[in-house]
Order: sequence, then structure tokens, then C-alpha cells
Amino acid sequence: MNKTLVTAFALTTGILLSGCGTAEETTEKAPAATEEVDLTTETEAYKEFALEQMDEFVMDTEKFVTAVKAGDIEGAKEIYPIARMYFERSEPIAESFGDLDPRIDARLADVQEEGEGEEDWSGYHKIEYGLWVENTTDGYAEIADQLLKDAKELRARVETVEVSPDLMITGAVDLLNEVSTSKITGEEEIYSHTDLYDFKANIEGAEKIFEILKDKMAAKDQQLVEELETKFQTINSLLAEYEDGNGGYISYEELTKEDTKSLSEAVNQLGEPLSMMGIVTE
Amino acid sequence: MTDQTEEKFYDKKISRRQMLKYTGAGAAGVAIGASGLGSVLKVFGMVEEEDNPRSKNKITFYGKHQSGIATECQSYVYFASLNVLVNSQQELMDLFQMWTPISVRMMNGEQIDGQTSNMLIPAKDTGEAVGLDASNLTLTFGVGPSLFEKESLGLASKKPAELKDLPHFPKDQLDPAYTGGDICIQACADDPQVAFHAVRNLVRAASGKVSLKWTQAGFNSYPMKGKKKETPRNLFAFKDGSVNPNGSKEAEMNEVAWIDAGRSKGWMTNGTYMAVRRVQMHLETWDRTALQEQEATFGRHRDTGAPIGKEKEMDEVDLDEKDANGEYVISEASHVRLAKKSKQKIYRRSFSYSSGVMDSTGTFDAGLLFISFQKDPKQFIAIQNSFGREDKLNEYITHRGSALFACFPGVQKGGFIGDTLFSII
Repeated sequence: MNKTLVTAFALTTGILLSGCGTAEETTEKAPAATEEVDLTTETEAYKEFALEQMDEFVMDTEKFVTAVKAGDIEGAKEIYPIARMYFERSEPIAESFGDLDPRIDARLADVQEEGEGEEDWSGYHKIEYGLWVENTTDGYAEIADQLLKDAKELRARVETVEVSPDLMITGAVDLLNEVSTSKITGEEEIYSHTDLYDFKANIEGAEKIFEILKDKMAAKDQQLVEELETKFQTINSLLAEYEDGNGGYISYEELTKEDTKSLSEAVNQLGEPLSMMGIVTE
Repeated sequence: MTDQTEEKFYDKKISRRQMLKYTGAGAAGVAIGASGLGSVLKVFGMVEEEDNPRSKNKITFYGKHQSGIATECQSYVYFASLNVLVNSQQELMDLFQMWTPISVRMMNGEQIDGQTSNMLIPAKDTGEAVGLDASNLTLTFGVGPSLFEKESLGLASKKPAELKDLPHFPKDQLDPAYTGGDICIQACADDPQVAFHAVRNLVRAASGKVSLKWTQAGFNSYPMKGKKKETPRNLFAFKDGSVNPNGSKEAEMNEVAWIDAGRSKGWMTNGTYMAVRRVQMHLETWDRTALQEQEATFGRHRDTGAPIGKEKEMDEVDLDEKDANGEYVISEASHVRLAKKSKQKIYRRSFSYSSGVMDSTGTFDAGLLFISFQKDPKQFIAIQNSFGREDKLNEYITHRGSALFACFPGVQKGGFIGDTLFSII
């Protein structure tokens, strides 16, 4: 079972990275299966958290959609980054629905990568474009309605997700990877430049997973728990420097190269120990 | 601190595979003494590693001097300048201690840690060197002047007087992005991936303790004469390093590079100073320069490497020789004349680099990662000052990066990288 898995993985990376090695070399040392540890309480706690976030997400999306349809540009702009944070916090679960995630969260670049045109673009970022670039809500009513429908569908489907320890452990690292690859570069919110909200939400999402697993982890490696606590604290206090004083964050455009570099380094320094959370299953 | 250290030690798990290995039953068969497992475990939660004489294409880690200095120059370098993030001397010591067994293993051509059995965590070793042999990997560590200025590390009294930023030289255009650093790691190997893997894994293992300041990859190619490596050419096509001391001759290295007892701070005995310069070479302007002018610039013939007017690379450079018009055969502003005039010797171990395109000019960002070792930075400074504004080569090069590092003496078995810095006043 494990051997097949590793082979499949090796083949995939082989294609992606056009690696020249043979799959056999990788399978030769296939690690043994991990023993099961009961993490039911933890996975249930995480699911509860995700559902809470989804509830809030639907409620705020509703407010957002109402503002858009009422032509309240300023109101919509204000709700936009806040509503999105609920989505970003629970992204490991939200993104498990391959069809819904892009409908809600795709950037134009993602749509184009799929070989589709602007007409196939929907969701938050499409309206973001209307609000910040076109400075209008005209013509966005239909997209707004669809967004609310999609948000509600996502909420309903999250109910059905079976949360595994793997989803949590991989999810936490994925959240940080999201930060490293798109938030830190300002590529997530290219019109509103509210990337720091998503940044914060991704960190909070990862921190929640850590909080849930913390006690069981402490039994295996107290030092790792302490290290993670320190690193979360570091990134959070670093982010706090960019608060705008009104409960939000300054525009990504105001960040200097040094700012993004220190944020990026702090994320990477958190990511390295965070990737060891899997020891909780041992 | 002691408590924490002990805790780490007891917490450290040893896999069955590792056990087999250290008790001599494993495939790698590392021999250990009769006292058994306990003696090879260090209090720091790490296992002491030994040079594996059976590793292929292996350079020895332990010894009087660090590897990668007198070692016959390999084809590739991956050089990294790091800033330290730790805030105490103990943590800095822990860092070098942690790096020691990892370095030995990589120089053995082994992965830095045993296989992980948990599929939900990443492997300790990043893995891209699996299946490659040691490829003559060497790792050379040094510390820059800025390290001693960090008050929290309490190293001010250990700073040798001569360890300070290199002075400004005429025509320097230093870019802070390629200048200085608290710690350097010079990884050289005959395989570029092995060299890169080494730095990558050392930096990864030190996550949160160091940050990358700048890095540079480099290469050298050696024409072969039978089985003998000839002097490599730089990107201007001239042989670089013709008059270099012979690294395999201890006497020559003692004269030029190795620091003898009493010369510097005690911890530097058997160490050396490493000067690093990232020298951009303006290939486009060079390539449109007439061959005669190119040769006059260096003071040597391009193809043979012989001094102007001579036939062989190793022929003596005669600075006094004049032509029929009474002009010096080796022109007054030539690189070779000015270098020789300084009467100083250094041990060079440079690599060429090519790093994409210069944003501002659209030209190649290529040149020389100049590295030299000397017992006193003064030797390098004197040569560089002798080039001064006169050096014809200045027209074709710009120094963009600069750093000076104090390279520790070699590591003794049972010790760790840089241990003398912490133990000897």
C-alpha cells in the first residue's frame, strides 16, 4: 500500500520536475506505515471550528452581497476583507471542493490559467475588480447573487467533510504555503491590496490547528510546542505592526521590500517546525 | 540550560536502523569503541559522526585545518553568507554543534539523518543528493566582523584586531546585497547539486537561527593534461591562478595562509582569513577589445598563459624587461605587474559565476567569485591597493560584493565546528 503510494508520488514529481531519477530509487526505502493514534476529539474540534467560520462567512457574504446590490461601494469595500478572512481561516477544508473554491475565490490569473476567459470569472475577486478598479457595483448583481449561493453551498458541504488528522496537519502547512507564495507577494488581492487580512487569517487558521493538537503534541515533544508558540507569537507581533488602528491592516502597497522580507522570513521560520506537527500521530 | 540540554538528550529517539549502524552491524558499518552506544552519543542530542573512509570521492572532515582551503579546488562552489538570529553565545555554540555531525555526514555522501518512518512529516534531509556520492564535498565555515559586534553574543573580546570590513578600494561599487555577513559557509564539490544540497540543508536545519544574507554559485573548468589538472581560465579566457601557492605543500600554506600560534587570537591558530569579492566582469566590453589590448591588460598571453614575451605559463614574470623602444614588455598598468609589485602572496581559490542579467544594463551578470586565503587580511589589502586606479583591468571589471571571514581551525574528533572560538581566550 505504502509502496504504491510512494511510487505514485515519485511518478508525479518526476513529471512535474522532469526529474531524471528512477522511481525504484525512491521506493527502495519506503517508510513504514504510521501507527494510528486516536485524534477523534481533535478532528471533531477542528470541524466545529470550520463550521463556525463557515457560518460567519455566509453571514458576512450576505452583508457584502446586500451592499453590492444596493450600490453601496464604500460599505462593500469595508466588508470585503473581513468576510474573506473567515474563508481564508478555514481554507484547508474549503479548498477540498474543487468546483466551489474557484467559483468563490478565483483570481483572473487562475481563470486564465485554466484556459478560460474573463466571462468565466466569478466570485469575490471579480467584485473586487468592480469595486476597486471600475469603482462601481453596476452589473455585478448577478455575480453577487451567485457568490452568496456558492457560499451557502460551501457551508452545507463542509458539514459532510470527514476531517482526518492528515487534513489538519497538511492543512496547517498549506495555509503557510499560501502565505509564502501569494499573500507575501501581493498576488492575492491585486486590486484591493488587502493581502494582509488574508495573511493574518491564514496564520490564524494554522494557529487554530496547532492549538487543537497542542496537548497531544506536548506529550511527544514539549520543545516543539514551545518553539511553535514562540514562532506564532513572533509572526503575530510582526503583523501587529501593520495594523491600521481601525481593526484592520494597511494596504499591501505600503509595505517596503524590507517589510515583506521580514514577514516572509518569519513565516518560513514558523513553517519549518510547523511541518513537524505530524509527530502527533506517532 | 544544562537541564534543557539533558532533556534533549533523553528525548532523542534512535531508530533501530541507526542503532544497527552505530553498533557496527549496519551497511555503512561505522566502527565504534568497546564502550558502545553511550560513547558515541553526545550530550547535545546529536550523534557524533566519523569520517567514513569507504565513502567514494570523499574529503576528510576532521583535521588540523578545515577542508575546502588547501583541498585541491573542486569544480563547483555554493557560497552562502548568513546573518545570525540567535541572541546568546550558548545558542550560537549549539548551532555550530548541531551543524557538525550533519557536515560530517554530508561529506561522507550520506543523508543528514536516518529515514523517517512518519509519512506525515517531511524528511530531515531534503534528498536531492540521494544516489550521488560525496563528490569531494568540502565545507568551510568562517565568521565575519559583524558577529563580534552583536552584544548579546558576548564575543567582543574574542575579535582579532585584523578582522574588520575590507577598506574601500578605488572603483569599488559595493552592493549591500552582496556584502558582509556574520557567518559564511563555503561548500565546494565536483557536483553542483551536492554543493547546493549541503548549504540548503545546513540553512534549513538552522531555521530561525540564521537567515540568508547572500549566496553565490560558481564554477571552474579544468583542461586536463593527461591526468593533471591545468590552470582554469576565467571568463575573460585568461588562466587564473598560475602563481598560486601549492595547497598540497604544507610549507607553502604555512607561509601564506595558515595562522601560526601567537599571530592572532588563540582561537585562530591553524585557521585563516578568507577574503571574498564578487567581481562583475563586463563581458560585452571585453569581447570587443583587441586581443593585443586584452593581453597587455593581464600582462600575459591569452592562449598559453605565459608572461608577455615568454612561451610557457610557468616562465618567470620579468618586470624589468624592455622592448626595442625602451618600453616595458609587461606594461606598467598590467594586472600581473601590479600584483607582483605588492610583494605579497595570497592563496586564491576563485570560481566564475553567471547569474542572469543585470537589470540596469541588460548585460550578463557574470564574473568572478574571488576567494583568497591569507594569514592576515593585510596581504590581500596590499595587493588590491597596488592595483589601485592604475590597473588596466579596472576598465573591464567592477567589484560588487565584499566580505572578510575568519575561518576557524579544523575540527578535532569529539569537537565541533568553531569550538576554539568558545573555549580559547
